[in-house]
Amino acid sequence: MMNGAQAVLESLKKEGVDVVFGYPGGAVLTLYDAVYKLKFPHILTRHEQGAIHAADGYARATGKVGVVFATSGPGATNLITGIATACTDSVPLVCITGQVANPYIGKDSFQEADIFGITTPITKHNYLVKDVKELPRVLKEAFFIARTGRKGPVVIDVAKDVFDAKIDYKYPEKVNLRGYSGVYDGNEEEIAAAVEAVRKAERPLIFAGGGIISSDTAAEVQKLAKKLGVPVTSTLLGLGAVPADTEGFLGFAGMHGSYAANMAIQKCDLLLCIGMRFSDRVTGRVDGFAPKAKIVHFELDRAEINKNVAADLQVLGDLRWTLPRFNKKLTATKEKFAEKFKGWKNEVLKMHKEHPFSFVEQGDAIKPGALIRKISELADKDTIAVTDVGQHQMWAAQFFDVFKPRHFLTSGGQGTMGYGLPAAMGAKIGAPDSRVVLFTGDGSIMMNCQEFATIADNNIDVKVVIVHNCILGMVGQWQRLFYNHHYSQSELKGKTDFVKLAEAMGLKGYRLTKKEELETVLPKIMAEKGPALIDVLIPEEEDVLPMVPGGKRLDQMVLGGSK
Amino acid sequence: MMKKYLLAVLVDNKPGVLTHVSGLISRRAFNIESISAGYTEEESVTRINIVVSVESKNELDQVVTQLGKLIDVIKIVNLSEVDSIERELVMIKVRADKSNRAELIDIVNIFRASIVDVSPENVVIELTGQQSKIDGIIEVLSEYEIIEIARTGAIALSRGPVPVKQM
Repeated sequence: MMNGAQAVLESLKKEGVDVVFGYPGGAVLTLYDAVYKLKFPHILTRHEQGAIHAADGYARATGKVGVVFATSGPGATNLITGIATACTDSVPLVCITGQVANPYIGKDSFQEADIFGITTPITKHNYLVKDVKELPRVLKEAFFIARTGRKGPVVIDVAKDVFDAKIDYKYPEKVNLRGYSGVYDGNEEEIAAAVEAVRKAERPLIFAGGGIISSDTAAEVQKLAKKLGVPVTSTLLGLGAVPADTEGFLGFAGMHGSYAANMAIQKCDLLLCIGMRFSDRVTGRVDGFAPKAKIVHFELDRAEINKNVAADLQVLGDLRWTLPRFNKKLTATKEKFAEKFKGWKNEVLKMHKEHPFSFVEQGDAIKPGALIRKISELADKDTIAVTDVGQHQMWAAQFFDVFKPRHFLTSGGQGTMGYGLPAAMGAKIGAPDSRVVLFTGDGSIMMNCQEFATIADNNIDVKVVIVHNCILGMVGQWQRLFYNHHYSQSELKGKTDFVKLAEAMGLKGYRLTKKEELETVLPKIMAEKGPALIDVLIPEEEDVLPMVPGGKRLDQMVLGGSK
Repeated sequence: MMKKYLLAVLVDNKPGVLTHVSGLISRRAFNIESISAGYTEEESVTRINIVVSVESKNELDQVVTQLGKLIDVIKIVNLSEVDSIERELVMIKVRADKSNRAELIDIVNIFRASIVDVSPENVVIELTGQQSKIDGIIEVLSEYEIIEIARTGAIALSRGPVPVKQM
């Protein structure tokens, strides 16, 4: 016999969980007592939001399920932003929250909130456990649901007295869900039709989405790109699906994507969209998206087909099922695709060469593009780049070369400011052998800067680069472009000294203000061991370009920069 | 043009299922005309009957595929696309006294409805039928003082021996 809390930890062990991110409180005291007794690996963050983003960064970097503990009421509601972030970006998490004890449920008790109800629209699935007998089954199901199919967060809300209740513990070997198998086999005919479409095409383009990263099928996509010899672009979450130095790779597409990527989408006659969901940030004006293209949608989630963009052909199924077969069938045609598509690829590469991501130097000032490009040069190919949200995020996507899947971690769908610092911390814990660099802004960093304490106290080696422009940069950019330079509540000309903040919380802090320091100082800081904050001052009025303004087509980009 | 479809949704008979279904409907901004739920021939299964109003086939597909993603949804069948029988039950409380009770009884007979409660001041009329028939009697009764209406929302079964779970 054991109690419910021990049953939770035993189940986590059986699921291979090697660390939990969390924060204790009244409703989870018994759970934390079990953590204490079993010495279960646990990272205490300084805010529940830090815990959930850390688990998210851990999950994105490793492909494993991130696990979070939080207490009832405010503890659990502090997870909400992180759950929504993970849900939109299909990140596997299991969140175990304490609920008030059974007799107190529904009485507006102290620290009671309806977490089951609140998390319903932002989870893949959720549970309220009121009987200890259900715990093993629910845990087994939760991990299975989180990590299979289209991955996502699962919340298990557990009444406080369930942790104390005795149970004759036995972990089920199998899940038994009538409405969910987690298996998504494809259909040979759909693949054959896609092969035919490639044979008939003259200007195909591969559009690589985040589904490739989460299904670990980047190798198949690289094989496909090589076989076809066609240009490749990606979504923001698809960065890393092909190495940045792949011939024909155009960088990411969409609102701040590359000129060539967006133009190639508009000009291609076949768009092979793989594991993506056609976010409005990627399509621009939907009715003008890829007007000449036959769209082939490779997708696991049936509900994504025709949701935002109508597909001419669908290839439903797990990419691990469909892509190898697609490659095999293409090889069987014995066609010399690369030769056939060479002219088209060169045409697109010429555009990319003429309009690369670029910036204009400005005296002594450090330009964000130069900063990120320099860090990219200093990084090895195994470096994991993490971002916060805003201008720096787009610059990082533009100028940081990503070579591997799970090496560019960013809140894409929700655009969650404050994601970066805890996510970088979680990534480093999950992938201790990789260097981790966080690109953040002076806006975003303040949203979870309490986690500097966690980083310092646990000596988590993360380099935090604050792209500091004294403004909420992306808000400012829109105000500059569309609201007559009315910088309403977006200016951050405060008294905060980030170097001192770092020092106060126990890590090193540096400040860069001049261009030459990118050569003289930055390499040394990046080579140091241990966590550090690097506060880099950049000009305030720098736009992220190119830009597809809201409601415009991808070919109606505003260009900028030049060499 | 909005078109209505009746979906039979088989779900696990577990607490929280209705939260999941209604949460999804509201989050995806689906247009629901009616929804009803009840036990079935299998103890572990609840049947939810949803009448959804959509503008296009695409929108209908979204309702079905998004609902289908819910872990506790076992099966969805669009009964408007197969040969099926659809029924709804309504109870209508109408102000009635000696002067107009006879007229009301005539109407009830024409619609093959029945009067299930009478008081000196009112009658309660019950009618089971297709939605159009129910709309019909309500329209006719609107010449009288309708005090209250309770409708169950539509339910349906396919014709022939095959149940929804085997479709």
